[in-house]
Amino acid sequence: MTAPVAAKAPPVESGTPVLAIRGAWKRFGAVTALEGVDLDIRCGEVLAVLGDNGAGKSTLIKCLNGVHRFDSGTIEMDGVQVAIHAPADARALGIETVYQDLALFDNLRPTDNFYAGRELAGPSWLPRSLRLLRRRQMTDSTRDVLARLQVTLPDFNAVVGLMSGGQRQAVAVSRAAAFASKVVILDEPTAALGVRESRKVLDLILRLRSENKAVVVISHAMDHVMEVADRAVIMRRGRKVGELIPSAETYTQIVSLIVGGGE
Amino acid sequence: MVTAAKSDQSAGGGRALPLDRYRMLQAALFSLRAGPALILLLLIIAVGLTTPVFLTSRNVGNVFSQTSVIAVLALGQLLVIVTRGIDLSVGSTIALSGVVGAIVFAHTHSSVLVIAAIVGTGLAVGAANGLIYVYGRVPHPFIVTLATLSIVRGIALWAANGTLISGMPSIVDTIGGGSIHWLPYSIFAVVGLALLCLLGTTRLVWGRWLYAVGGNPEAARRSGIPTRRVLVTVYVLSGLAAGIAGLLTAGLIDAGSPTAGDLAELDSIAAVIIGGAAFAGGRGNVGNALVGAFTIGVIRNALNLHNVDPFYQLMAIGVVVLAAVEADVLRGAIEGRVRVAQAMRST
Repeated sequence: MTAPVAAKAPPVESGTPVLAIRGAWKRFGAVTALEGVDLDIRCGEVLAVLGDNGAGKSTLIKCLNGVHRFDSGTIEMDGVQVAIHAPADARALGIETVYQDLALFDNLRPTDNFYAGRELAGPSWLPRSLRLLRRRQMTDSTRDVLARLQVTLPDFNAVVGLMSGGQRQAVAVSRAAAFASKVVILDEPTAALGVRESRKVLDLILRLRSENKAVVVISHAMDHVMEVADRAVIMRRGRKVGELIPSAETYTQIVSLIVGGGE
Repeated sequence: MVTAAKSDQSAGGGRALPLDRYRMLQAALFSLRAGPALILLLLIIAVGLTTPVFLTSRNVGNVFSQTSVIAVLALGQLLVIVTRGIDLSVGSTIALSGVVGAIVFAHTHSSVLVIAAIVGTGLAVGAANGLIYVYGRVPHPFIVTLATLSIVRGIALWAANGTLISGMPSIVDTIGGGSIHWLPYSIFAVVGLALLCLLGTTRLVWGRWLYAVGGNPEAARRSGIPTRRVLVTVYVLSGLAAGIAGLLTAGLIDAGSPTAGDLAELDSIAAVIIGGAAFAGGRGNVGNALVGAFTIGVIRNALNLHNVDPFYQLMAIGVVVLAAVEADVLRGAIEGRVRVAQAMRST
């Protein structure tokens, strides 16, 4: 089962991984979602995690962003072992996730969406909920991030609920990028988008890479993976069954690894 | 890739049709947003032209005095509705807080203690609502506050033996029923509370959390916002508003009445909806609550001035509520079209 890894996938080496998972196991009752998975995530690299439904991709990602915990196994960041027990731990370590449902607040403007739950406010001697918002500062820095990532919105002060699917996705990805010092995880970033809007999101992913962030993309859209991913990890039934560089030559190999044709 | 994005932009400007459509939709949205305030203004002008007495200082004072209880309740109800909730207990809380105040007054004659008892009763009912709803894991606040509506009214009737308990400290009478020239003191209470509400909802971190919880509770939780605490404070504040409304009512009638505030909860909900807040939560502001409360107040006053049977008042307010809800539906439909127009524009 693990033969293709040794045989065909020379891993791309580019320094020490910013995030490394070693021997990850996770069970839900009788179901084993992860069976000893190792994974390296590197800065300035787009890593695609591929696999059919139930392969363990989502479980793996949810353990990284603090929604679940591994039963056994370790997570290292920059070579130091870390504990991620809650979403707040992951955020504090510089890991941000863009969920498939985007988790945006449709009734709020982009700025408020960026800072929901981490508002800039003062003075610090007041209880957090009673602090005065630093509205100008939040607006300015949101504007800066969107400009840096070349995201153009029709109306910066409109609520997110009035934006198109692509614009909303762009806001969600930019929000993650703004607060992720290390790793951005994207769950099916192009799933609900048309061709042109997908294109813009893919461009955005490449811009995150050029900012030297580690980008992890979970996707079913093979075309998109082939285009932006530097490395693809293929999972099946809770195991990592392959790791290779996506290209026209490896396309069929990736597909057969996903569906299990290699057996 | 960068240049591709840029040429997309300029191409969008070249297509006149979607852009005009987009502008039209934006204009429609804007008028729906401004609608409630505009309707109130037109209503005031129309009634003022047809009824000379309406805009006399004495009658304006009357409108303020009659509306201040609804307005205070509506401010509290607004916070609850923004978080997708509802507080049905506020009318009963007016009764209980007045009765408790009257009983305390009969025993102590201390105006400070009476005021503390009235406002404290409101806070206590609000805290009970919030804690039972959130920590009792009740699926919707409707049930909790429906229960407390009944329980609190029952306690008020029991404690007062079913009758009015006369007598309030003079300071309470002044706050609830007194006025400087023609301006009732109660309207200052409304303005003060409205300003505090405005500060809380627009300037404080708590206000952001309020709208985040109302807009997407699940995302709020994932963002690390203490959603349970926010929900509890919302019901505590609505209870506080009901306590203050109880203070104004007790002062107005110089008594604690176990039947006071009957159906006031429905007035406050109607006010928030008429003002343009979304019943589904996430959207609504202090202006909405005040505009809605005064729309109800002006309609009632105008019909009174024309000696129209009070039964018609009920019907008129019901029709306005329906119109407001329909406007909200229309707004949702237009927002959907704006999203589509956005997608067309961005390609």
